[in-house]
Amino acid sequence: MNQQLVRLAAVFGVAGGTFVAARHYLIPATFGDQGHYRAAAVSTVIARPVKYAGRTECADCHEDVVKTGKLGNHRGVSCETCHGPSAAHAESGGDSATKVIQPRKFCPVCHAYDPSRPTGFPQIDPVEHNALKACTKCHNPHAPVPPKTPEECKACHGQIARAKGMSQHARLACTGCHVAPDQHKIAPRAFAATKPTDISYCVRCHAQADTAKRNEATQVDAEKHYKRNACWDCHYPHNPKAS
Amino acid sequence: MSDEREAIAEAPVAARVPLPVVDAESFDRRQFIEEMCKACAAGAPVLLAVLHIAEAQGAGASTGYDPAGHVYAMGIDVDKCIGCARCVAACKTENDVPVDSPNGGLDGYPPIEDEASVLRTFFVPKLCNHCANPPCVQVCPVGATFSTKDGVVLVDEDYCVGCRYCIQACPYGARWFHPVKHVASKCTLCYHRVVQGKLPACVEACPTGARIFGEVEDRATPLSRFMRWNDIQVLKPHLNTEPKVYYANLNGEVR
Repeated sequence: MNQQLVRLAAVFGVAGGTFVAARHYLIPATFGDQGHYRAAAVSTVIARPVKYAGRTECADCHEDVVKTGKLGNHRGVSCETCHGPSAAHAESGGDSATKVIQPRKFCPVCHAYDPSRPTGFPQIDPVEHNALKACTKCHNPHAPVPPKTPEECKACHGQIARAKGMSQHARLACTGCHVAPDQHKIAPRAFAATKPTDISYCVRCHAQADTAKRNEATQVDAEKHYKRNACWDCHYPHNPKAS
Repeated sequence: MSDEREAIAEAPVAARVPLPVVDAESFDRRQFIEEMCKACAAGAPVLLAVLHIAEAQGAGASTGYDPAGHVYAMGIDVDKCIGCARCVAACKTENDVPVDSPNGGLDGYPPIEDEASVLRTFFVPKLCNHCANPPCVQVCPVGATFSTKDGVVLVDEDYCVGCRYCIQACPYGARWFHPVKHVASKCTLCYHRVVQGKLPACVEACPTGARIFGEVEDRATPLSRFMRWNDIQVLKPHLNTEPKVYYANLNGEVR
């Protein structure tokens, strides 16, 4: 046999052997076990410690509080949302403490007024709302309700009340357009206040046919002025100059 | 021509390339290559064996969890979000996210500069979309990021070289650079909790139930009910990333 062929075969043999050996050692041990990745990386992620015990854990020891909480307005709120991560607390049987809450600082995180928050979510102005008094003095954090039924609309609808108060409509009562059932003050979403369905209230001032009854309000001809639209399609009733 | 070549081949090596002579016993090129090959042959198996052992030790204990039986996703009801950033706080605590990483709404929100130009404002929680067709996985040059069988996109922190290519590639800005470990980091959908049957920390901490976690393909989970009862949108559907974070009541202008 040619000497060249023998040497070539030897070179190929060594190269192939090196490739197989390198492949065996260089490819991570768990690569391809679950997919085109190193399965050990998943194990590393899984090995992270759990810090939030989960909302079902607390009832084992704090049965009474959990029971109260389930009936109140905070029923959807997990204990750990306010009390902080408590896996260590649950595992040690209560030896390690949970977070101490300072109501005046923590409650406004959710309940301070923010125009971006959904309508109907209970919000207060933390500066004006009983300043320096701990929230928990009046509200039970585990089953919060307003300590007394709000007397005026502006207790909850402060933003609208302020806008209206600065406008030409300042002296108009909310009840002129909206009818709120009594329960609306206690369960605002279950018993919604009504909204006007026709323009009859607007017309009384703004399209008054009887000149003797007219006041200083801008007059329009209700038959001609954008008859197919309701007034509030263009004018914001709580601050008509703004739009 | 061929005569010349033979003549060169037969000439002694030193005649073609004069080697710098350090001392009388210095290597010539042939000797050097021979010695190097021997050294590599002797050293390589030892080095590789060490690597192999280290790798085997790195592999954690396996759990009884089978990823093939699940497809996880997240639902978000935009109408319920109050922007309290409890999800951000929970995520940071649960996953030891360092302080100088993106903070979400944890420190409040920037003031609106031109209020007259704003028609409506609302909160939209954003997180890794755990795309079924993830751009971040495609671009990783070392294969350090991957999708698990249950649809979660994870990072292999031992193999990530920190090139930040995935941070550039993510159309949702969901990846960030870990300032301590110097690797790309991202939402794991709290994989360590999920395999234990727990909810992700952000879902656990959300006070209004704006986040719904669950399995997509099972009809009786909270998530699939949420998806049946609401009009569902995803972010940037035109990019074909097939995101698995499903938004309800989302304004179409949100990207």
